[in-house]
Amino acid sequence: MSEHSVELREIVKRHGTTLAVDHLSLQVKRGEFFSILGPSGSGKTSTLRLLAGFEEPDQGEILIEGRSMRGVPPNLRPVNLVFQSYALFPHLTVAGNVAFGLEMRGVPRAIIAPEVRSALDMVRLAGKEERIPSQLSGGEQQRVALARALVNRPAVVLLDEPLGALDQQLRQEMQLELKTIQEQVGLTFICVTHHQEEALTMSDRVAVMNHGRLLQIGTPRDVYESPSSEFVAAFIGVSNRLSGRIEMVTGTRCTVRVPDLPAIVARVPPGTPEGALVTLSLRPERVHLSADIKLDGFDNTLQARIHKTIYNGNEIQYLLRLTDGLIWKARVPNLGGDHKQFQAGEAVFVRWQADEGVVLSE
Amino acid sequence: MPALVWMGVFLFLPLLLVLVISFAARGTYGGVEWTFSLANYLNMADPLYLRIYARSLALAAATTVVCLLLGFPLAYYIARAPARWQAVWLMLIIIPFWTNFLVRTYAWMFILRSEGLFHTVLSSVGLVTSPIEILYSDTAVLIGLVYGYLPFMVLPLYAAIERLDRSVVEAAWDLYASGWSVFWRVVLPLTKPGVIAGCLLVFIPSVGAFITPDLLGGARSMMVGNLIQHEYLVVRDWPFGSAISFALMALVLVGIAVYFKVETKVAV
Repeated sequence: MSEHSVELREIVKRHGTTLAVDHLSLQVKRGEFFSILGPSGSGKTSTLRLLAGFEEPDQGEILIEGRSMRGVPPNLRPVNLVFQSYALFPHLTVAGNVAFGLEMRGVPRAIIAPEVRSALDMVRLAGKEERIPSQLSGGEQQRVALARALVNRPAVVLLDEPLGALDQQLRQEMQLELKTIQEQVGLTFICVTHHQEEALTMSDRVAVMNHGRLLQIGTPRDVYESPSSEFVAAFIGVSNRLSGRIEMVTGTRCTVRVPDLPAIVARVPPGTPEGALVTLSLRPERVHLSADIKLDGFDNTLQARIHKTIYNGNEIQYLLRLTDGLIWKARVPNLGGDHKQFQAGEAVFVRWQADEGVVLSE
Repeated sequence: MPALVWMGVFLFLPLLLVLVISFAARGTYGGVEWTFSLANYLNMADPLYLRIYARSLALAAATTVVCLLLGFPLAYYIARAPARWQAVWLMLIIIPFWTNFLVRTYAWMFILRSEGLFHTVLSSVGLVTSPIEILYSDTAVLIGLVYGYLPFMVLPLYAAIERLDRSVVEAAWDLYASGWSVFWRVVLPLTKPGVIAGCLLVFIPSVGAFITPDLLGGARSMMVGNLIQHEYLVVRDWPFGSAISFALMALVLVGIAVYFKVETKVAV
């Protein structure tokens, strides 16, 4: 048996004239929580439907547990999908919904009952066996959909925007719960979402897609802290940006020249030549603000003026005007006490370390 | 309140009239003699008439089954077609209603008669050599009834299937259900209201049909509708015709009531 639960090899899928999935190759390890992150139209949902077997790829091959899925219909694939709309059977009870997959595979009744009970226990729905889906809240329906997939112990559980229809608070609770359940059952989870926080919180690894292509694949920390492209940097979290030209490369560091601003020191990706046009990307929470010009120990310092102060409770967001037409964001934890809060119009110094900025080639 | 007035004038009053007449007797010259007797209802038990009732019920049941078997795939196909095509298909199903039913039934006589279109087509591809006799048989009546009432099956089925959530069907497929299991365990239970509505809409008018059996069935395959028409217009025995009408209606109503009673018991 291969160590990979799922392997995609050069998958191509066209919908009419648009290329929904464009030469996609990736591997998902057994027992991994893997997320495919992208905006709508990025090809992430098509990829999920190809894995479930509702659609066949035009080119390329899908392997699940080392077995080619070419020509294998959904009912014969060792995967179960948790639908975005849950797609519960409205005419069956909660227990009937969860038992469906086992019944279809001809599992004896005596075995089905305890399996259904333990699946419902796992999603904390014990006691609601005889309800019908329309009597349940959105969060409960979501749990039934999850239990209905888990009870079959498939090689891969597919989740389509699993928390998309839940409200903010429930969504955050479910993120942790989904991850806990996944670790408990030890099954491979592949989750498709457009919600970056969801993907970062739950996943062991994240694949970022756009226009049917895979842009970056890595741990949540990799994609957040070392995005490989402007799109990834902008799509995952908020990014401050500066466009410039590499003036000088010294080892792993480089100097970036930006018009009207002092030279900026940053980490340089290997192989970037001097003179290359680049974008410097910096996360708002990495921006240090102070009114004191004499503060030392930072590699980069820019002057700015506070444009707007937004009080968020746990943190304060500042919009900073660097030059005309260039606004940056800064997020500072609300520490209270005598920590300084800046007001609109105040002059500030914006500082950060060379390693905190990411240089992206254009 | 206006609804009650309408129901009273257009439904209950005529029915009451039929009910009252059904207990009267035929006058010597075809009028109604206002006596009270159960003779009309007792006369209905004649084996000659019983055969006609049985044939009517059997033909109506067969019509319903054939319409369901033909209508379900058709309705499913339409409901799953792109929205633009759905409108076109539904239009094509409704268009025949713009032509008089009698004229369309005459067209079927032309198609089914012994040297007709049906025969010509079949013999031109070499499937038959001798003339085939379809017209003036129960088969011809069945064909005519299915043709006439198929839209009444397709339209409610279409409405039910169109409402069926596609992802629920996919969910069943994803949960190891084969094509048949998806149909029996998910599609059929969820479209049952449409199936019941379609079956009632086909069965009820089929039992009482008289134009189709009259034109396509000939003298030998008389249905209840023809019998009633015969009693009213030919024999001029209005009381007996009324009794048959009323008995037919009662039979259908009781049948439906029993069905729903059983159905709700099973569901609970």
